Amino acid sequence: MPSDSVCLWWIGEAAAEDRVMEEARVQVERVFGVSATLARRAERPSGTLDPRRGQHLSAGILRWLVAMRPPGATKLLGVTDVDLFIPILTFVFGEAKLDGVVAVVSTARLSGDAGGGSPRVSQARLVKECIHELGHTFGLIHCADPRCAMARSVNLAHVDAKRATLCADCRIRLSELRHGGGDAYGR
Amino acid sequence: MEVVTRMDGKKIRVLVVDDEEIVRESLLGWLEKDGYTVETAPDGRTALARLEAEPWSIVLVDLKMPGMDGMQVLEESRKLRPESVVVIMTAYATVDTAVTAMKKGAYDYLVKPFDPEELSLLILKIVAQQALVQENLLLRKVLKREYRFHDFVSKSAGMQAVFVLARAAARTSSTILIQGESGTGKELLARAIHTESPRSHGPFVAVSCAALAESLLESELFGHERGAFTGAVARRKGKLETAHGGTLFLDEIGDVGAKLQLDLLRVLEERTFDRLGGTEPVQVDVRVIAATNRDLRKAVEEGRFREDLYYRLNVIPVTLPPLRERREDIPLLVDHLLEQLAVEMGKTVQGVSADAMAVLIASPWPGNVRELRNVLERAIVIAPGSILRPADLGLPLPSAGDTGGGDEPVSLEDVERRHIAHVLRRTGGNVSQAARLLGIDRVTLYNKMRKYQLRKDEEDSAAGR
Ligand SMILES: Nc1ncnc2c1ncn2[C@@H]1O[C@H](COP(=O)(O)OP(=O)(O)O)[C@@H](O)[C@H]1O
Ligand SMILES: [Zn+2]
Ligand SMILES: [Zn+2]
Repeated sequence: MPSDSVCLWWIGEAAAEDRVMEEARVQVERVFGVSATLARRAERPSGTLDPRRGQHLSAGILRWLVAMRPPGATKLLGVTDVDLFIPILTFVFGEAKLDGVVAVVSTARLSGDAGGGSPRVSQARLVKECIHELGHTFGLIHCADPRCAMARSVNLAHVDAKRATLCADCRIRLSELRHGGGDAYGR
Repeated sequence: MEVVTRMDGKKIRVLVVDDEEIVRESLLGWLEKDGYTVETAPDGRTALARLEAEPWSIVLVDLKMPGMDGMQVLEESRKLRPESVVVIMTAYATVDTAVTAMKKGAYDYLVKPFDPEELSLLILKIVAQQALVQENLLLRKVLKREYRFHDFVSKSAGMQAVFVLARAAARTSSTILIQGESGTGKELLARAIHTESPRSHGPFVAVSCAALAESLLESELFGHERGAFTGAVARRKGKLETAHGGTLFLDEIGDVGAKLQLDLLRVLEERTFDRLGGTEPVQVDVRVIAATNRDLRKAVEEGRFREDLYYRLNVIPVTLPPLRERREDIPLLVDHLLEQLAVEMGKTVQGVSADAMAVLIASPWPGNVRELRNVLERAIVIAPGSILRPADLGLPLPSAGDTGGGDEPVSLEDVERRHIAHVLRRTGGNVSQAARLLGIDRVTLYNKMRKYQLRKDEEDSAAGR
């Protein structure tokens, strides 16, 4: 399916960092071999804040993205600065449904000082998490290779261990998944 | 961090039990991305149905649910799927519920909401451990496959040769003569050969020739026509006919009298016989496997057993050595028999302690594997825990003097004598019960008692040093 078109939206509360979003767009195009576009939206998801936790329900944001998805976009990735959670966990870096059309990634926990806290490091982390969550929408599950962007990361050290690219196995799985022939995981 | 999502080529299966849909969905989504097969259940009853239907590696259960709560699911799950690891999820870190859950067999508990790192590590830990358990099970299975012929297990070199012979013999219809002491597994081997043979879809019929008076045995084997003798009110099929197309196992063939020996010779030579009171010979297709704990050769020499019948029976001779001559089989047999007994008795049995195994290996076993089985069965009944200890076995324990080293070698007969005396004491002089425990019949026990000059109320003065 070469006609995949990925849309990246900044949906955060602060102003968008255009340079960072552009970097993410370029890397997404490179890794997935798709055309990707950036768009700026005036609207923001509402009603996703859990007042008790002071965090946003990622499932709520995903629902909003599904509703707002432009007709031309086969995948839509929202990038936000609000802290995300799923009900059972204290936080998530991002979320996507397997084989879905939407994904969300948050910058809220990516600027910790584990990696020195420089903007360059947080930017690299964001790119990796964008690739990771989009990977899920293409049907990729977690990878055993800790350097692969599809490795499960539950802390910043894990994120930093990853590279902004897919390992050879995941590239093969991705192509199987996208060309439909796939029993990519022997399922 | 290595993510193991498969064991033995099978996917790891996780069952999530929670009454809140959002919790089920988010856990499902999270675990699915690790490659696990995940299912959810909204309540305890659905969970138990899923547990019963399929195996699960990990069960994540919410503690507080309407109806059946997490603790009940945990308890039922331990019964239904003791191999599944149960993790309790709770909204509050109440120490007592956590402790209760762990006592009832939960692997761990998680307090909602979980730190993703905690959840991830816990699951990885469980999976890694299960992979290890699986590996051990697999290893044991491989070993067992090599050391078994159907239900018959043995690793002794002599028995391995028996397996080879038995496998080859199974493909033919030749008569087999199995010799060996009582309880060495003669009938079990006969059944295994039948199962291995092309006749396995036919019947396996066992007849003990020692148990019945000669005339009764005749009618048992050959059947009778109506009116053949007083009381024969209807025609009755004999065991030979019942075994048609299958295997006839003639146990204690050495005890058969002269008349029946002749009739059996005819069966083996012509595959025909007459029903009692019958006029037409009956044709049968049976493979005969005979067994005896006597020395048939000697019986022939002494003129008590027909030589021609002996040769007809002894086409493929198999000898099963007594257990005391293949002690290396004892651990394997204990493992195998405990597994069988646990199922039969509906009990959880983990195994025997190392010191109990030492006692088992050292015992003389005059009743061979049957006696070993009886001892284990009784031990399971009286053992307080799921691991059998020396005291549960009811066997003489090695005394301090015995293990002191450098002691006089003891003759087998002496060991047998002491062992029988011990069992008699244990049963309070009840010969039937003692015989059952020893795995021998009462007559044999009386003979041995006479031989060793033991009385029912044996005080065992000689052994009580
Ligand atoms: N090698 C063996 N492996 C497993 N079970 C055995 C073995 N030998 C004997 N048994 C068990 O011991 C008991 C006595 O065996 P059986 O075949 O009746 O002995 P026999 O016919 O020689 O008296 C049975 O419960 C049988 O299943
Ligand atoms: Zn992921
Ligand atoms: Zn990978």
